[in-house]
Amino acid sequence: MANIISDETIEYVGILAKLELNEEEKEQAKKDIGEMLDYIDKLNELDTSAVEPMSHVFPVNNVFREDVVENGDGREISLANAPERKEDSFVVPRTI
Amino acid sequence: MSLMGLTAVSLGKKIRAGEVSAIEAAQEAFASIEKKEAAVNSFVTVEKERALERAKEVQKGMESGIYAGLLAGVPVAIKDNMCTKGILTTCSSKILGNYLPEFTSEAVLQLEKAGAVILGKTNMDEFAMGSTTETSAFGVTKNPWNTEHVPGGSSGGSCAAVAAEECSYALGSDTGGSIRQPSSFCGVTGMKPTYGTVSRYGLIAYGSSLDQIGPVAKDVTDCAVILETIASHDKKDSTSVKREEYDFTSALKDDVKGMKIGIPKDYFGEGLDSEVREQVMAAAKVLEEKGAIVEEFDLSLVEYAIPAYYVIACAEASSNLARFDGVKYGYRTEEYNGLHNMYKKTRSEGFGTEVKRRIMLGSFVLSSGYYDAYYLKALRTKALIKQAFDKAFSQYDMILAPAAPTTAPRIGESLSDPIKMYLGDIYTISVNLAGLPGISLPCGKDSKGLPIGLQLIGNCFEEKKLIQAAYAFEQTREYEHCPLA
Repeated sequence: MANIISDETIEYVGILAKLELNEEEKEQAKKDIGEMLDYIDKLNELDTSAVEPMSHVFPVNNVFREDVVENGDGREISLANAPERKEDSFVVPRTI
Repeated sequence: MSLMGLTAVSLGKKIRAGEVSAIEAAQEAFASIEKKEAAVNSFVTVEKERALERAKEVQKGMESGIYAGLLAGVPVAIKDNMCTKGILTTCSSKILGNYLPEFTSEAVLQLEKAGAVILGKTNMDEFAMGSTTETSAFGVTKNPWNTEHVPGGSSGGSCAAVAAEECSYALGSDTGGSIRQPSSFCGVTGMKPTYGTVSRYGLIAYGSSLDQIGPVAKDVTDCAVILETIASHDKKDSTSVKREEYDFTSALKDDVKGMKIGIPKDYFGEGLDSEVREQVMAAAKVLEEKGAIVEEFDLSLVEYAIPAYYVIACAEASSNLARFDGVKYGYRTEEYNGLHNMYKKTRSEGFGTEVKRRIMLGSFVLSSGYYDAYYLKALRTKALIKQAFDKAFSQYDMILAPAAPTTAPRIGESLSDPIKMYLGDIYTISVNLAGLPGISLPCGKDSKGLPIGLQLIGNCFEEKKLIQAAYAFEQTREYEHCPLA
């Protein structure tokens, strides 16, 4: 395997991804990411120095509209999905 | 024959003629579901009472003239990544296991306006990440042609439900082949439209620049009618494209005279099963005999599509799936210590292995220091792949290829080697990268009796050419009902 993923990298990616992996999962993730990167490195065979990155196949522009509410009051139905609510609010663990 | 054995258009015609009611059609669908679900497991959620109520409403609406379209009263199954107001929408994930959307996705809304009766929501690979429907949190869907084999994926539930005749037709979504590959494995016809043709509003995002909703049905006519019903320019989807026309059914003509069809030589090399090759080439011969001009050519860059796809799709997924955090909807872990620990535990417990694998890879390729080397490199490769297709379509009206290199693998053989599984998407994935339309339709079976799919790929906005060629090919064959139907 050409790409060796370190413990530090997996820790860091876990923070970015907001995932908590146990030791076994971390080892598996190191192996999986390493193998995928070995495979993805195939792209380096292509000379893309003169090519612009293409995020969309069609030219897409920001679509603007007036800031007018059109969808009515969905408060109750939205809150009904909340894992935890208090009156008209979502409840989250204390942050400060 | 059961009413579910008819095409959607034929059933719609019977309902409009008063030969059967929308209620009887829905009842037959549920009888079929009750009989076959234990063997197939196509559905995550079945909404019998709601659907029968709706069928009554549609029947009345047809009598008073509110619903007059070809699909009025016809029962449909919806892939479980499209939001449906008041009906569970799980993406086959534990993290959305209890999610009741407050709105309906635009494509489903268009069907409802046309008088569709929604039977329930179909199983899929979790968040559409997979090629077998084995990564679902709600059990594996089986292939109705042979229940020891997978139906393909990620729209495996939709394709199995159509093949098993548990519904009249279904909607799927296609990010890297997720309509075309399972259609091929299940012996049904599925279409991925040009990017932007069907609104993605209410489709739970996987890879936003690649995702498209499309029809899964028994024939090309149904696909054209369904596409005509769901395609729209939607201001709620900023990537929705305003097309010059939304007519697809006028292309249902048995005529391929003079059409130029290219066969990419590089699609027929190593890794392609010999029986699949034989049947797909035989289909090309049929089109040639009907007057098409068929030629082989070099498409190039084929081996770069999968690595580019996995970088782009995983990058987009890592961003799109950041919203699942246990705050506003879905699963929340039982015990936690502070906000960040709640996020992390919720996500780690709520997502399955394949989803976590892709979020990790996506987070990595977007991280500082790797973004240019991986993410931008993949976007540059995508531009080259698009150019290769542009070149091909300057010479050909369409490309003919297999939908997948093999027929459906056995259950349990795919997930242990992800890269091998990803290679199964080789003929479908570049179509999504280039935003092109593609259709898969049955063209034969292998010696095990499993269906083989023929794929036709068109230039952007040229669905009509695909529909016409696919329709002409279909006229040379009979629809084959699977043993379980």
